[in-house]
Order: sequence, then C-alpha cells, then structure tokens
Amino acid sequence: MKIKSFHGGVHPFEGKEFTEKKKIEILPLPGTVSIPLAQHIGAPTNPIVEKGQEVKAGEKLAEANGYISVPVHASISGKVKGIEDIDHPVAGRGKAVTIVAGESEEWIDTIREDKNYFDLSVDEMRNRIREAGLAGMGGATFPTHVKLSPPPDKKIDTAILNGVECEPYLTADHRLMLEYPEDILNGFRLIMKILGVQRGIIGIENNKRDAVEVMRQYINNSNNIKIAVFPVKYPQGAEKQLIKATLNREVPSGGLPMDIGVVVQNVGTAKAVYDAVAHRRPLTHRVLTVTGSGIREPKNVLAPIGTPFQDIVDFCGGLTEKASKIIMGGPMMGISQPHLKVPVVKGTSGILILEEKESHLRPEEPCINCGRCVLVCPSHLLPTTLQMLVYNERIEEAEDLHIMDCIECGSCSYICPANRYLVQTIRHGKRQVIQARKKAS
Amino acid sequence: MNETADKLFISTSSPHLRDTDSINKIMWTVNVALIPALIMAYYFFGTRALWITLLAVVAAVATEALVHRVAGKSIRIHDGSAVITGILLAFNLPASAPWWMPIVGSVFAIVIVKELFGGLGNNILNPALAARAFLLASWPVEMTASWVSPREGTLSGISAITSATPLSLLKDSAEIIANPQNYEPGRVQQAQEAIANLSSSYSNLLIGNVGGCIGETSVIALLIGALFMFYRHVLTWQIPFTYIGTVALLAWIFGGSEGLFTGNWIFHILSGGLILGAFYMATDMVTSPLNSRGQIIFGVGCGILTVAIRLWGGYPEGVSYSIILMNLAVPLIDRYTVPSVFGEVNKK
Repeated sequence: MKIKSFHGGVHPFEGKEFTEKKKIEILPLPGTVSIPLAQHIGAPTNPIVEKGQEVKAGEKLAEANGYISVPVHASISGKVKGIEDIDHPVAGRGKAVTIVAGESEEWIDTIREDKNYFDLSVDEMRNRIREAGLAGMGGATFPTHVKLSPPPDKKIDTAILNGVECEPYLTADHRLMLEYPEDILNGFRLIMKILGVQRGIIGIENNKRDAVEVMRQYINNSNNIKIAVFPVKYPQGAEKQLIKATLNREVPSGGLPMDIGVVVQNVGTAKAVYDAVAHRRPLTHRVLTVTGSGIREPKNVLAPIGTPFQDIVDFCGGLTEKASKIIMGGPMMGISQPHLKVPVVKGTSGILILEEKESHLRPEEPCINCGRCVLVCPSHLLPTTLQMLVYNERIEEAEDLHIMDCIECGSCSYICPANRYLVQTIRHGKRQVIQARKKAS
Repeated sequence: MNETADKLFISTSSPHLRDTDSINKIMWTVNVALIPALIMAYYFFGTRALWITLLAVVAAVATEALVHRVAGKSIRIHDGSAVITGILLAFNLPASAPWWMPIVGSVFAIVIVKELFGGLGNNILNPALAARAFLLASWPVEMTASWVSPREGTLSGISAITSATPLSLLKDSAEIIANPQNYEPGRVQQAQEAIANLSSSYSNLLIGNVGGCIGETSVIALLIGALFMFYRHVLTWQIPFTYIGTVALLAWIFGGSEGLFTGNWIFHILSGGLILGAFYMATDMVTSPLNSRGQIIFGVGCGILTVAIRLWGGYPEGVSYSIILMNLAVPLIDRYTVPSVFGEVNKK
C-alpha cells in the first residue's frame, strides 16, 4: 500500500527493546483484586453482588447502566470483601468490588467455544460483545458495542485495525500480534462483518516487522484485508492521525471517524471481540507491558483486571532503588500514579516505571517563539499561543483557536526546548471551556 | 517484598518524556556558529575586531545580570542569549568604532530593547539590530564614515586608511552614471570602472576581503556557521531562503543600470549584511513569526524592503532596517497565518 503520513509528530526514545522480545507471561493468581465499577467512558455500572457473596471468575459483578456503558466481571473466584471507594488509576477515586481469592480457581461454566460463531446474527454478536464488558483496550476505553453500532445514516466503508502502538516502551499489542494472530484476525473479521464493510486495513509501524510478517502470513489469501506499514512517528496510533495516514481522510473537527466512513479498533480489542463472540468469554484479563528503567525484570504480563500494581511489580522482580515514578500507560499520554495500590483496569496497556532523573518536570523557561510546538502539533494548532491564552484566562479566544481539537498527545510539551507545560495547560483550558459551555446551556 | 507498599511516587501530568534540546543548547549553537565569522573578522580587521566584540559581549552579559539583579529576578545569563546579542551587535559595527560604542550599544540593546519588554522571549525587536539603528542615528559619522580597509585595523587605534563598502561604492557610482551632468566628465568613467571592478571581485566578497562591518563581510565563514545551525536544527529554510531569494530576484529585475532584468543579483547577495542578516538576525526566533507560512511572508518582506532601501532609499545598505520593520509586523503576520486546524477542510 502507498503510505502517506500525517502532518506533525515527534520521534521520542522508543524504549521497546526492554520487552519486545519477551513472551507474554501469566501472572500467578493474586490474593485480592479490586475491580472498579467505572472502567470505560460512559456511565458507571450498578453492582449486583453483595459483601460476603461467593463469586466465580467471569461472573458479572455489575450491570451496565444505560447504552454507553458495559458490565464488569469478576477476574478471579472468591469472596466479595466489600464495595468501597478506592484510588482509581484514571478517575482519582471510584467504587470498586474487592474480591479475596478462594482456595481454588473456579470459572463460570458458560465459557465455551461456539464453532459456528461467524454465522451468528450481527445483533447477537454485538450483544455478546456488550455482555462481555468490552471497552477499547488501546487506552481510551470507549464501549466497543457502541463503536460497532454506527447510526444508519453513517455509511461505513473501511475498518482499521490499530496495531501501531506508537507509545514508546509499550509492547503489549506487539506481543499480542505475534502470539495471537489468529484470534486477532478472527476478531477483526467479526468487526468487519458487524460493520458490513468489505475493506479492512491493519496499521502497524515498521519497528514491528516481525508482527507485520506474522499477520501477513495469517491473512494469506483473504484479499479484503491489507496491511499498512507506517514509518515510526508518534502519535501515529492516534485514531484521527491513523485514518489520515491510511486513507488520507480527515475526521472533521469536532466529529468522529464514523463521519467519514471509518471505524478503528485496537488489536487487543479485536482479540477480546473474538473471545467474547466465539467463546462468550468476558473481559477479565488483559496483557500489559511492565517496563522502564525502574523495574528489575521488564515483562509482558497477562493479568486479571483488578490486580494491584504491587503484585505485578513483585512478579517483575520489584522496583529498582532509583524507581520514583509509576505511570499507567506509555510515557507520552500515561497517567502517573502516587502509589502501587491502584488496580489494573481494562485500559491499562502498561505500567512504566521511571527513575528519579527521568521523573521530574523541569521548571518552565520563557517561550522563545521557536515554533517547534506548531511544527509537531498533529492537530495543526498553535500550542504556545493557546497556553498564553489559557494563562491569561482568555478562554473564549482559545476556543476560537480550536483548543478543543487538541488530542492531548503531548508532542508539544515533548519538543519544547523551554520545558513549557503546553499540553498540561491546554488540558486545563479544555476543562474550562467545557465548564463554560455547561454554564451557558 | 512489600517495602514499596506505602511509598509515594512522583506524580506529574503527561508527557513523561522530553526531548533533550533546550534554550541553552539553541543559543550556544548560534554562538558557536558565529565563531568562523569572528575568526575572519580578526584576520581582515585585526585584533581591534576582537576587542570590539569582547567589549560588546561583556557589556551585554553584565548589563543583563545587573538588570535581573535590580528587578529581583533570578539571574539567567547562562542561556547565552545576551552573548548572541553582544556578538551580533559588534558584527554590525565598523572595526573603526570607538571603544565606548559597543558598550553603549549593548546596554541599549539589553536594557531598552530586551529587558524593558520583559526579557528573553518577550522583546519585539531584535536587540542587536535595534541597538545598531540607535547608534547609527546617534553617531552617524562614527558608524559609517571611516570603514577600515581590510588588514589595516590595529589594536592601537583607528586606522587612517579608510575605504568604501562595496554597496556604498555601487550606490555612489550608480548616482554618478544616472546624473552625469552633475559631475566632472572623468568621474563617469571612473564610476563605470568601479562597477565593473565590483562585479569581478566575487572571491573577495566570498572570503570577506572588503570594507564593511566587523562580522558581515565573510560570506563563506557565515555560511559555514549557518550549515552548523541547520545541522543542529536551530535554523529552518523558510526565512533565510525566501529573504535571499527575494533580494536576488528584485535586484536582478530592478538593480541594473541598463534597464530591467540587468541587475547583478550575485553581487547583491554577496555584499553588505545580507548573509549575516538572513541567517543570523532575521531568523531570531523571538522576533520572527511562529509558523512556516508566516516565516515565508516575513522573509519575502525583508527582501523587498532591503532591495527598496538599497536601490531607492537614502542608505547604501538596508538589511538591518528591513529586519527591524518586519519585526514590527510579526504580531500581524502571526494573526493572519493561523493554520487551518486538522479536519477543518472537510467540515460541512
């Protein structure tokens, strides 16, 4: 395929070598898990279990609340210790069901292979996806069934499978493609069938040549799926930038990919779609990369959702003495965590641990107007100008300069030679715009 | 195993990775890039060129430290921006300038042009150029009347031998040829010969063996520095190339004495302060437009003004005034070159 790229972007240190060659390892059963009721974008779930109740692995713990919501399931079997507020890696605080593991691991008995899964009705497929609690596993955690239900007036012609994994350090998607190519492709075929599209494109960056080869092998003679190999550039895996690079189409400002006939799904989600439809397996585990200079044995780990970070860090040999920052996700968009008690959630693509010298924000220096933030901004914004406007509380002008189109990729702050807190300030400004809009309506 | 269970870790907002470039690296790169031209200045204009440069740099850095101290700010002179101002100011002075001139110029550049507007990043005009304009307006004789001939400047004093700059020679000669009735008959022929000589002296212009300001004459040395800046990603093509290209085009069209399209554009590129201005001063990040479309407009604007001043203005050279005037236009340019946001074209 002929590849165009998107405008802007940066080339940060890749850091993939810590874990890209390491097979996915299965975490030993944790003693306790805390499964947050809110793990997706949308309404939090309503718990249907009670304190003291025995639950099996895979059992539903909480029911979806409204259409843009998905249920959550027990990832281990045991006794419900309580439903209480805990520190949440994304939301700050949130209710979670804590389960203490029982003597032996017991699974629900509805998980079994459905040989004719591909002949199910599209509605049944969507239903199984929703019941399995699927939310985008690339990190954004938007409920998958909603993304797979475009309104009838949006004609979808292309499905894109996102295997770009442009965040430095992370290799979970890379390993999934190497170790579960069939499941991923079957999931992608289901996604294409549900959307009714004839064209599927798998996007992969060319720092994962082995994954490209494996996927190519498994696609073999199906001519409706193609692979697009991209040069390494961050944020290649951001939905809008990936579509631009693959199809040279731009998602309208303020719009969604479905407005231009495209739906993008992450490779991890595609595997989960296959598991959900063909095996009725709920989303209870996920693969994450545990990496960085602050961990003794970097690994790719398959862990139950709700596992405290501490258990995973222990499994990876523990922290080094200089470890001083814990990040959920990659270094560019990941969220730093104050401690290791937070649980793995559906959107936890990795745990990155950095050393002291990599951890601090340096003080801001004066902007020298070098224009690098403008050059790298994939949304074609003026980050330094937006920052000034937000600092001076000129929010309406910032809105006129499209502050809401910022995808928060962080390229501007990455490149800034003056250490300006560009994306950080812009994020703050976006929140102010949202508040102002709420007030106005 | 649980020694980390209660430990609290550093929390900051993403991104958690940063590029290794810094303001210091950018500024010191520019300073290093100016060294070849300084060496050539020493070769052609003698130790006096070095002394003037040193005085300007020391005055600029000391003034900046003093202003920060008085203003109660933390003193930040390590970034090298005041050093650039000092060097560029000295480069824009004749080697014959009296010793106090670089000092007065540097103080003016730092106090009035830079710090009063808020210091690094906030000045509207290029400090070195604004100071040069100030010196030129205040002491026009010292600034232009006695150009030191190459290889004549000494530490001890102002050389008695003076020579014209190529551009002033060109301007005077063109004036004589255009109005022969005002001059003795012999002068016209002299003027024609002068122009012919100028056109055949490219090698002198390239290495800098001509009269002019301390740092502007050696085109080769300046280009070596510019290459270094490109290599270090401190320079982008937009401003220097459009600036020089515009000067070349307009000088070719309008610069000839035998009608349109006869101008000697190579001479116009190589002489005066164009190379110094286009690569080192118009490109000053603080005082040039933010994005590339604006930078192109800025470069073209500088080019038009430079040629207009050189051909039709009162001065033989127009680089510094052109850049200063375009500096003033930067906020306006930035305002009209806001890029269209991703996805805006498809919006219905």
